Amino acid sequence: MAEVQEDTSAQPHELPSREEAREWLEAMMLIRRFEERAGEMYAKAKVGGFLHLAIGEEATIVGAVRAMRAEDYLISTYRSHGHALSRGADPNRVMAELFGREEGVSHGRGGSMHMFDLENRFMGGYGIVGGNLPIAAGMALSSDYRETEEVTVCVFGDGATNQGTFGETLNLAALWRLPVVFMVTNNQFGMGTSLERHSAVTDLHHRGEGFGVPGLQCDGMDVLDTQAVICKALKHAREERRPILVEAITYRFRGHSMADPEEYRTKEQVAEWRKKDPIEVFARRLEDEGILEQGEAETLDKAVISRVDEAVAFADKAAFPPPESLYDDIYVLGDQVGGGWYSVDERSAGVHRGEHEREIAEAERGPEDEYKKAVEAASREDVGVEKPADEAQAEDDDAEEAEE
Amino acid sequence: MAVMRYREALNQALREEMQRDDRVFLMGEDIGVFNGAFKVTAGLLEEFGEKRVRDTPISENTIVGMGVGAAMTGLRPVVELMTINFSLLAFDQIVNHMATIHYMFGGQVRVPMVVRMPQGAGHQLGPTHSHCLEALFLHVPGMLVAVPSTAADAKGLLKAAIRDDNPVVFIEHEYLYGQRGDVPDDSEDHVVDFGRAAIRREGDDVTIVGISRMALTAEKAAGILAEEHEIEAEVIDPRTLRPLDLDTILESVRKTNRCVIVEEGWPHGGVGANLAALIQEQAFDHLDAPIGRVTGADLPMPYSKPLEQIAYPHEPQIVEAVIATFRDL
Repeated sequence: MAEVQEDTSAQPHELPSREEAREWLEAMMLIRRFEERAGEMYAKAKVGGFLHLAIGEEATIVGAVRAMRAEDYLISTYRSHGHALSRGADPNRVMAELFGREEGVSHGRGGSMHMFDLENRFMGGYGIVGGNLPIAAGMALSSDYRETEEVTVCVFGDGATNQGTFGETLNLAALWRLPVVFMVTNNQFGMGTSLERHSAVTDLHHRGEGFGVPGLQCDGMDVLDTQAVICKALKHAREERRPILVEAITYRFRGHSMADPEEYRTKEQVAEWRKKDPIEVFARRLEDEGILEQGEAETLDKAVISRVDEAVAFADKAAFPPPESLYDDIYVLGDQVGGGWYSVDERSAGVHRGEHEREIAEAERGPEDEYKKAVEAASREDVGVEKPADEAQAEDDDAEEAEE
Repeated sequence: MAVMRYREALNQALREEMQRDDRVFLMGEDIGVFNGAFKVTAGLLEEFGEKRVRDTPISENTIVGMGVGAAMTGLRPVVELMTINFSLLAFDQIVNHMATIHYMFGGQVRVPMVVRMPQGAGHQLGPTHSHCLEALFLHVPGMLVAVPSTAADAKGLLKAAIRDDNPVVFIEHEYLYGQRGDVPDDSEDHVVDFGRAAIRREGDDVTIVGISRMALTAEKAAGILAEEHEIEAEVIDPRTLRPLDLDTILESVRKTNRCVIVEEGWPHGGVGANLAALIQEQAFDHLDAPIGRVTGADLPMPYSKPLEQIAYPHEPQIVEAVIATFRDL
């Protein structure tokens, strides 16, 4: 086992430079306001599917991402809007992805759970719990194989530690000395099942030890502590060529997804955690230390709100992917794939008849009926920009269907 | 031309592609020090070293997933799974990730990797080591599926699979590993394109489509049909199921007006079920008889030898199915 010291000092961390401190605060504010507006847009049916918000978890995201180098890889879960944003993705294009538009970061193919931004080495949000761990190890293997200094940071939730891939991947990463930081965002619940009801060992940073992966813990409500601990973990991975597991203790202020009546926790518990709000606490510290003038936090917040408004306006104006693009990017078309076979298998949903009959049917009915209906439904309402978040939350509660 | 076994042809393909491209590397259980459960990777560890020939723990889902991550970031992994039944442990990575990522992320990344695995009955390995599951992989859009039945195709298709930018499920057959066949010499860079069926035997009376090992069994059955029943069968080996060379099959059916599909896998939702649907959609007016199917029995493979032998197709069932297409309706 490698020698990694736990940071037991109760002293508050020193602040980074004035510019960095302000930028970290803004980055967290952007996630908060973006998520709030995404929730509103979901209530207005502008956003479909599932929507998992990271409100409350902003420090885990900004702390980790600001510890990383540009060449490092980040890979995350279905709660990944914030990871994409912090890594540098354009908020317009992240919102457009939620709206299912062609200009979305994944061109409207992925949605909320499957953001991706290759340019910024954000290697994706993944919808299968635990599914991203092996992929992260593969990226780290690739970095090692190509003899680079890149490290992969792999983010997953406390629930994912119970998947087989957790044990399999930690073992392999330790065995092959892969430069990967496994970051478990322990928000106390795997969907609606609390930590002590889903994990026999609740100190999750100890769960890698049996696989040869040492662990660290950080205060996931504190961007400074998260950044410091992830820095230490990255150094370990980069220099020692060994994986490490970091547990960030945090809490999501909203439900698991928008379809969550939150019957598994008390309002008092939520209120208690809200006192540790990562943005408020950090803003207060910056004010106390004179990095922010009195009232300047509100000014920053207003700028972030208009940035998010712009993203909503952009997304609502952006075009849907055209129907003829339905089959784009299933395959890389080259010498091997193409020609006659591809047209044979390029089938619409619905009735499959002989080639001749299908042509007649499409001429009569028009193949784009369903597409046109969906576009009309999604475009029917003006999105507006001034709606307060709490009103949207009230709408959320009765708008959703049950999940899974 | 050189005569070699199917496993040797695969070994040559791996060696040549690893020599040609530094990004190609192998991962799998016991492929290195042990030389491979079926000796396909024999000698490669010695030649290429531990960086490029990697023995893994028994963690199928993670090995495939690591291949996905490595492929997304510039390498060209070839992952070996010991048998196709074990691939079910990796189904999440194969279906939800390997096949999906290129589409799901709007074409931003490619996943150029190969997952190799053998299938097939006949070695009394019982219900967890003997199945033919190509239909499960055929079902999934986003990846290519190869089912080579000869040594030459094994080599040529594997080289094509490694060079392709799409993820490929490459399904070998345990019975075929020891079979010999002519393979073009090294100097010829023998690559077989995906999506081109091979006509193994020409004939005008009936089309027999044989999948994987069943292409060989179908060819033998065609010999019996000619000798004993004066029926000249055309035998087609599709070689790849995605892409599928449907045109060659349809052309043959339009000539013979009869078709029998032979596969070792299960009947329901099988390759033959799918192919029969495609043929009747595209060539209904050319059929003089219902399309016949010969498949493995609809059960987990039994261990006992006599039971196992009647649980997958042999020549007599194919002959019987062909003759049935000539009965008066």
